[in-house]
Amino acid sequence: MSAPSGTLADWRLRLGQSQGALIAVAVFLAMFSLYIANHPAGLTVPVVTTAANKAVLLALVAMAQTLPVLTGGLDLSVGMVFVMTNCLASTIVSGEPWQVALGIVAVLLAGAAAGFVNGAIVVYGRLQPIITTLATGAIYYGIALLLRPVPGGDVDPDLADFMTYTVFGETVPTALVLLLAVVILIWLPFRNSVVGRGCYAVGSSEGAAYMSGVAIGRSRLAAYTLAGLLAGVAGLMLTFVTFSGEASAPIGGTYTLNSIAAVVIGGTSLYGGAGGAIGSIFGAFILRTIDDLLFVFDLPPLWQPLFQGVVLLGAVSLGAARVFRVKNRLELFN
Amino acid sequence: MNDLQRPLPAQATGPATRQAPGPAPAFWQMRGITKRYGGVLALDGVDFACRQGSIHAVLGENGAGKSTLIKIAAGVVAPTAGTLSLEGRTVRFGGPQDAQAEGIVCIFQELSLLPDLSVADNICMTAPPGRFGFIDARAQRRRAEELLARVGCAEVNPLERVKNLPLSRRQMVEIAKALDRRPRLLILDEATSALTAADVEKVYGILRALRQEGLAILYISHRMHEIEQLADTCSVFRNGRHIETFAKGSKSDNEIVRLMIGREYTQVYPPKPTRAAPPTPALAVKRLSWGSRLKDVSLTVGKGEIVGLGGLDGQGQRELLLALFGVLRGVGGTVEIEGRPVKLRSPGTAKAPRHGMALIPEDRKSEGLLLPMSVRDNISMASIGRFTRGLFIDRRRQDARIDEMIRRLAIKIGDPGDPVATLSGGNQQKVVIAKWLMTEARIILLNDPTRGIDVGTKQEIYQLLRGLADAGAAILFYTTDYDELIGCCDRVSIMYAGGIKRALTGPDITEENIVASALNIDLKAGA
Repeated sequence: MSAPSGTLADWRLRLGQSQGALIAVAVFLAMFSLYIANHPAGLTVPVVTTAANKAVLLALVAMAQTLPVLTGGLDLSVGMVFVMTNCLASTIVSGEPWQVALGIVAVLLAGAAAGFVNGAIVVYGRLQPIITTLATGAIYYGIALLLRPVPGGDVDPDLADFMTYTVFGETVPTALVLLLAVVILIWLPFRNSVVGRGCYAVGSSEGAAYMSGVAIGRSRLAAYTLAGLLAGVAGLMLTFVTFSGEASAPIGGTYTLNSIAAVVIGGTSLYGGAGGAIGSIFGAFILRTIDDLLFVFDLPPLWQPLFQGVVLLGAVSLGAARVFRVKNRLELFN
Repeated sequence: MNDLQRPLPAQATGPATRQAPGPAPAFWQMRGITKRYGGVLALDGVDFACRQGSIHAVLGENGAGKSTLIKIAAGVVAPTAGTLSLEGRTVRFGGPQDAQAEGIVCIFQELSLLPDLSVADNICMTAPPGRFGFIDARAQRRRAEELLARVGCAEVNPLERVKNLPLSRRQMVEIAKALDRRPRLLILDEATSALTAADVEKVYGILRALRQEGLAILYISHRMHEIEQLADTCSVFRNGRHIETFAKGSKSDNEIVRLMIGREYTQVYPPKPTRAAPPTPALAVKRLSWGSRLKDVSLTVGKGEIVGLGGLDGQGQRELLLALFGVLRGVGGTVEIEGRPVKLRSPGTAKAPRHGMALIPEDRKSEGLLLPMSVRDNISMASIGRFTRGLFIDRRRQDARIDEMIRRLAIKIGDPGDPVATLSGGNQQKVVIAKWLMTEARIILLNDPTRGIDVGTKQEIYQLLRGLADAGAAILFYTTDYDELIGCCDRVSIMYAGGIKRALTGPDITEENIVASALNIDLKAGA
């Protein structure tokens, strides 16, 4: 039934609709090439592995943030869930293999539970996501402090080594494989599920979603729960990277704010309804590569916030171009 | 053609509204439906029924209760009293999804599409194909292509995002989406208002085919010729009541218009001044246009004159007022104030003393008032700049003026410091008006200012408007209440589809002429 040139037209449309994410990919590739070209060791497995281990943490937290943002909300507690699950993992992911396995499951469940609480308050308590997650974030940080009043703890060293090193004959960083697995096992199925579509629908126009009979509450709840789960995966990975747990408020806060930045740089609209987690991953990679670039060009790390700010502002300006097309000025305030 | 192939039971059994002693109960029945919104009675004990294999048109003026009727049928609002039954079985809807589960699908005037999602996603939004909660994208695409082809839009790519489609395509997608839900009762609320003539023909074709398949179709439209072409049965609503149901063709257009009016005059209007010569124009609009919503609008408002803007909802009246007040971008044509051409780029410029415009907006809750702030702060909001001494606001002078306004408009309040949210609707509207009187505007634009206000306050507002006009103000007054056009206005311009359909003056301002012009019917000879 479709036009004969269907596939070509389809691809053009698909590419056009993922413009934000594609720009993020291109910017990242450019920045990373620059980094590699100026790195004394060049493109070697250890260089990439080190970069990957750092970047995957923020990428996972940014994926988590993407889900509430798609529904038109925001999750200010992702960083704190990240820290809380890190502290939890540093106490229970060790010992016999079965204990380790059980510990991992418990850490992931804790993350999901934290997200579920956020979602339940937003959906059933009808509170605004920002203030809800600001409050619950403080609670999760409190739990992290109780779990680990001083930095320390332990994690299964073999597993940690494996997760932060490489696989496939020392060619591919395990962290990237983990990220890919999360995309394939969590993000893609979610995107193609009815609740996933519901999240996009709610973020696009809640009224129209309601009129279309979309299960609004269930979709929102799923978004926040999944955000908690992904933050839990990130917290677990942090434990493998640092071999310990630390209830650090600065880490939690920085990751929360950077996750929002990564989501925006990756082309997801803060109004909700458009975008996706793949873009956020590359948004996170871009933010991380700024760090590395400062290092290879021997600039003081003090410049990092400034550069991050400039990149973020550039990304937001691209998204804000729509303002110039608005014909009714009242629409600017909606 | 289709009509001939079907028996016409409507004519055999008489009025279709009553449950006639016929064999089967009506397919869809609403009995004793009453709906109150606060103090406003939107529907008053309405009985209504429709049959399968029939297109049933619902007619009525603004505020006759048509939208409430379909919202109740579609499960969007619950009736205050009354029962609904489908195939003789009583049903109760907790939300639109309940109604959809029964096969009642409504295409609303405000589109229910999700702008950021693809056409295919939208068409299959309610029940996407797939299993275990996962969507089969390929099956969904096939389904979307099939339905797009059926509504004659095969050229639309199902992957395109809805927000990138022109309005007329979106409307067709909306129809495709409704068909995906396999409706048994399909309700269309002004579904053709955004369509091109070719699309309208396609929609007629689809609707006739659906009637053939045995669907019950409720069709709400303001376009008389559409009803003539499509409907089998017509029902007229007025003031929240079901007035009459009759077979198409049994009444003339003018008889139908009379059924739609038939109101008693209850409001008292101040006398209109008689004028020897036309007043000097304060506001002259020439060939104003804005996208597809305003087309070549020209009108003048003289000093001391109240000019009414009429017509059905959504014919461009709101956009015209917004364009004049500098809210819209990309407006074509010219605007002259007191003979000087002006460019108004924002409400800030429009209200500046050199232009002296004011707009009393339609939605006082969102555009008119700052609800949590005090009466005093609200009244002074538009005119703060007039009460300064150096850098600061001269509170004493300002408060004296505010108190004067409160007295002049007889706003009933406890204290000027009370939040405006605590006032009644009528008094809130008076606060909005007071706010703009504070700026000493010479041109006052009003966007349906008496909607949802009690009769007493309405009369005070009429007196006030006439008083302002007598003092030299030029007033452009959009109202959905035809009584007000007749009682309050020196001249009336009726808008239709973005343009001024007809300008009425003096004795020509009759309800019949207004309704006929609003429906785009030619006036009777001699009118």
